[in-house]
Amino acid sequence: MNSSVKLSCRGVWKIFGPDAKNFLAKHNHKPKSRDLKAANLVGGARDVNIDIHSGEIFVIMGLSGSGKSTLVRCLSRLIEPTDGEILFDGEDLLKASDEEMIEIRRHKMGMVFQHFALLPHLTVLRNVAFPLEIQGVSREKREKVAREIIELVGLSGRENYYPRELSGGQQQRVGIARSLAVEPEIWFLDEPFSALDPLIRREMQDEFIRLQNVLKKTIVFITHDFDEAIRLADRIAIMKDGKVIQIGTPEDLVMNPATDYVAEFTQHIPRAKVLTAGLLKDDFDASIATAGSVFQDTVIADIADDIEQADKPFAVISAEGTPVGLLSRKRVMDVLVGREVSL
Amino acid sequence: MIASMKNRILDIQPLNSAKLFWLIALFVTVFLYLEGKGLFPKWMFKVPRKSQIPVKKYISNFMDWLVEEANFGFFTFKELTRGISGLLDIPLSFATSLFSTGFMEGQGSQALQILPPLSWIAVIAAVVAMGHYARDWKLAGFIGGCFLYLAMFGQWDSAMVTLASIVIAVPFGVVGGLLLAIGAYRSPWFEKTISPVLDLMQTIPVFAYLVPILFLFGFGPVAAMIATIIYAMPPMTRIAIMSLKGVPSEIVDFGNMAGCTKRQLMWKVLVPSAAPGLMVGVNQVIMLSLNMVIIASMIGAGGLGYDVLSSLRRLDIGGGLEAGVGIVVLAIALDRLSQAFAARSEPIHLDGHLNIVKRHPWFISVSLIVLLSLVLGLFVPAIQSYPQSLELGVGTSLAELVAWININFFDALETYKTFVLVYFMVPVKLVLLKMPWAWTILLLCVGAWQLGGKKLFLLTLLLSLFIVATGMWEKAMITVYLCGVSVVIACLIGIPIGIAAAENHRLGRVVQVMIDTLQTLPSFVYLIPVVMLFRVGDFSAMVAVVLYAIAPAIRYTIHGIQHIPSALIEAGITSGCTRRQLLWKVKLPLALPEILLGLNQTIMLALSMLVITALVGTRDLGQEVYIALTKADTGRGLVAGLSIAFIAIIADRMIAAGSRKAKQRLGLN
Repeated sequence: MNSSVKLSCRGVWKIFGPDAKNFLAKHNHKPKSRDLKAANLVGGARDVNIDIHSGEIFVIMGLSGSGKSTLVRCLSRLIEPTDGEILFDGEDLLKASDEEMIEIRRHKMGMVFQHFALLPHLTVLRNVAFPLEIQGVSREKREKVAREIIELVGLSGRENYYPRELSGGQQQRVGIARSLAVEPEIWFLDEPFSALDPLIRREMQDEFIRLQNVLKKTIVFITHDFDEAIRLADRIAIMKDGKVIQIGTPEDLVMNPATDYVAEFTQHIPRAKVLTAGLLKDDFDASIATAGSVFQDTVIADIADDIEQADKPFAVISAEGTPVGLLSRKRVMDVLVGREVSL
Repeated sequence: MIASMKNRILDIQPLNSAKLFWLIALFVTVFLYLEGKGLFPKWMFKVPRKSQIPVKKYISNFMDWLVEEANFGFFTFKELTRGISGLLDIPLSFATSLFSTGFMEGQGSQALQILPPLSWIAVIAAVVAMGHYARDWKLAGFIGGCFLYLAMFGQWDSAMVTLASIVIAVPFGVVGGLLLAIGAYRSPWFEKTISPVLDLMQTIPVFAYLVPILFLFGFGPVAAMIATIIYAMPPMTRIAIMSLKGVPSEIVDFGNMAGCTKRQLMWKVLVPSAAPGLMVGVNQVIMLSLNMVIIASMIGAGGLGYDVLSSLRRLDIGGGLEAGVGIVVLAIALDRLSQAFAARSEPIHLDGHLNIVKRHPWFISVSLIVLLSLVLGLFVPAIQSYPQSLELGVGTSLAELVAWININFFDALETYKTFVLVYFMVPVKLVLLKMPWAWTILLLCVGAWQLGGKKLFLLTLLLSLFIVATGMWEKAMITVYLCGVSVVIACLIGIPIGIAAAENHRLGRVVQVMIDTLQTLPSFVYLIPVVMLFRVGDFSAMVAVVLYAIAPAIRYTIHGIQHIPSALIEAGITSGCTRRQLLWKVKLPLALPEILLGLNQTIMLALSMLVITALVGTRDLGQEVYIALTKADTGRGLVAGLSIAFIAIIADRMIAAGSRKAKQRLGLN
């Protein structure tokens, strides 16, 4: 993974209410909750600092009212933050002029919305081609691009349908296709699957993972569903009352929740679905016979059956195939039955 | 005595100060009604002319200055307005030529027709095609039938003149309203500025601004069209603002994220997404334009409106009725057609690749019919215009029907009329006229304060003092009395019908069709049968107003009851309510805010109808406006018109505040 920082926010505040800028200055840019309350203001995003790396899926997780939608709209500057910096490839977005912002959005950003936000008067084809249309791309060219992406998301044959003729899942495929039409460098997904039925949601998550394996975009994914976050994320930021309370990999969050609030989400998550072989391994010892090998980033749940049945430990190997450790049956059993495990 | 009664009531149940105030107020009012006239000086009832503020004169003087002297350096104000009317004349004469007169070469009597107008067959083919395109064959047949009626009953020529003016006025009204709405959407400041103007334009009677239009734009079809556009534009603006604001914020976000410029965002994202709502506005503009048809003929519009007006003036009931029915038929046809177009704005995909004929079947066949009928019409006159020998007349038989009713039911009708007049209308009128204005305003203002706080109080005070200061108080009270009586009767009839219709689906459907039709009829049309049955006077005015204004009372009651959350009704049933208890204890209280909104609409419609009933001899502000129109007195008409608008605004704000309060109390958002 290329770990250069693609998008970064530094001390971002969004306060709703009159005269928010003066309020922040008066409180030395660090107002407390009670200050906000006293001034009758609402803190949508409060002193948020995050770095999103190229090629990673960064999930922002929070319940309704936690400020996650506000934050993602600050990142794309749909909402003007009250204070702070949003660095996109090192340039502060908040200093960009309206024209520059239009250019950045036309070529570098894509966004998928919770309720799809399709234009009701356009066909699937024209919806997907719309971002290119407003850039002035010729009809022939933009429809060619649109047809390719429609095929990529599996909607071939529906090009001439109107949005209301499609099911929810199909509509969101159009939304996804449309946001990809300009080949964005950063892809915002604002609760893209929340409005779908659970079964369709699962299917769309699989589809999303498949797409990302092909596309390798930098992704900011918003959700209120912790299971979804665990399934998709490289890293997760948990938000509450406008503040980011913890950022980490799914493993980090499950094993070391920073607060009771985070722990409440993580406690019902089966650890076997989060912990990887690499994390549980003991030191490698070439003299011990092994029953087989497992990749270090495989989660325990996927290999539990094999390890349980073998009487010898498994070798843990890196992506390149070099052995890096050993995984014993006892360690796996500890995870499965929920004993304390030392890492 | 009052004090002891007060105490007795206090013993029974604790009264808060508000209730106490109204109880005392009631006694004082009764006392003033019985004894008041002698106790107060005369100016408490009628402000003497010399202490009135001469607003009328100011306005008239301003108007004179505007017409005679105002100029912008290069051109005068009058030249500007005449220029505008010259510009509007171009599309209007084109449409008139197309539908009615044909295209002419040369002037006056030497004019030579170089191209005939669209033949009746071509017009009917076109509307049938539009009907089928918008919905189905059933609608196409219905609309074709309506137009065929116009041809068969000899209304064709007038109807085409009317249609021509509507075809031009509607786009102007729609585009103008949309542009204002876009301005308001973009700038909150602009919205704040136009909002009170829209309020005023929607409540001020049309008659009041006919005179200034006459001064500025002259007499004729163009001036009539301008009046129509001004009348139809405010509702379009309002509906368009609402539709634009109703576009989901996610769609706006998407537009921004796709990198739309401001203009692209408006025209490629917002306006198309708001299209279904905007089409409702288009329908409104069409209906309001038709509503204006008769009134506009007072300042020079021809067509069906002129026929009705001149028949009424000649007391030719049959002729008036025929032309009136013509307007109604045209209105219903255009209403159904535009509603079908509004519903169609959710498109369905077409299969595969069709050739141009299959893609546009209607456009091509209608073009063929137009050309064919044009050529054939040169040889066979019956194809160009509907043969007169086949025309039917219903005017005489309708007039005979009315005469028959009058002969056979005269006594019964007269008894009803006298009963309502003596026991209901006259007492109300006397109470209102016998109160000194200061007392009435005091009561109004206290009510305003209780419902809406300081702001509403101030508004009410200022607006009602305007009416007093301009010497309109007495006439205003007659307006309030006529409006109030009509609204009470409309509610007494309308709300029970609404309840019954909401409870019974089959009845509901019938009622729905009835009120849809009632609302399509231009207001003038109501006058004709009413005058025939009851002759002129307050009672006729009241009946016409009730007929015109009853629709919203019914509609909102149905809507209010049908939209109660079903969980609440189920809760009522499971706790053992009888049907009656369910209605009185669950449904009606919950539907109250909605019913109040219906009441509000009823009042607005009643006030607008009252001005028109001035033609049947009322003595209220409407009469004042109408007299001003006939005397071309700008100031007098506008002041009376403003007074009516102010009454409407006070009523509207107070009821809206009451409805809001009721909703809050019920926990409906």
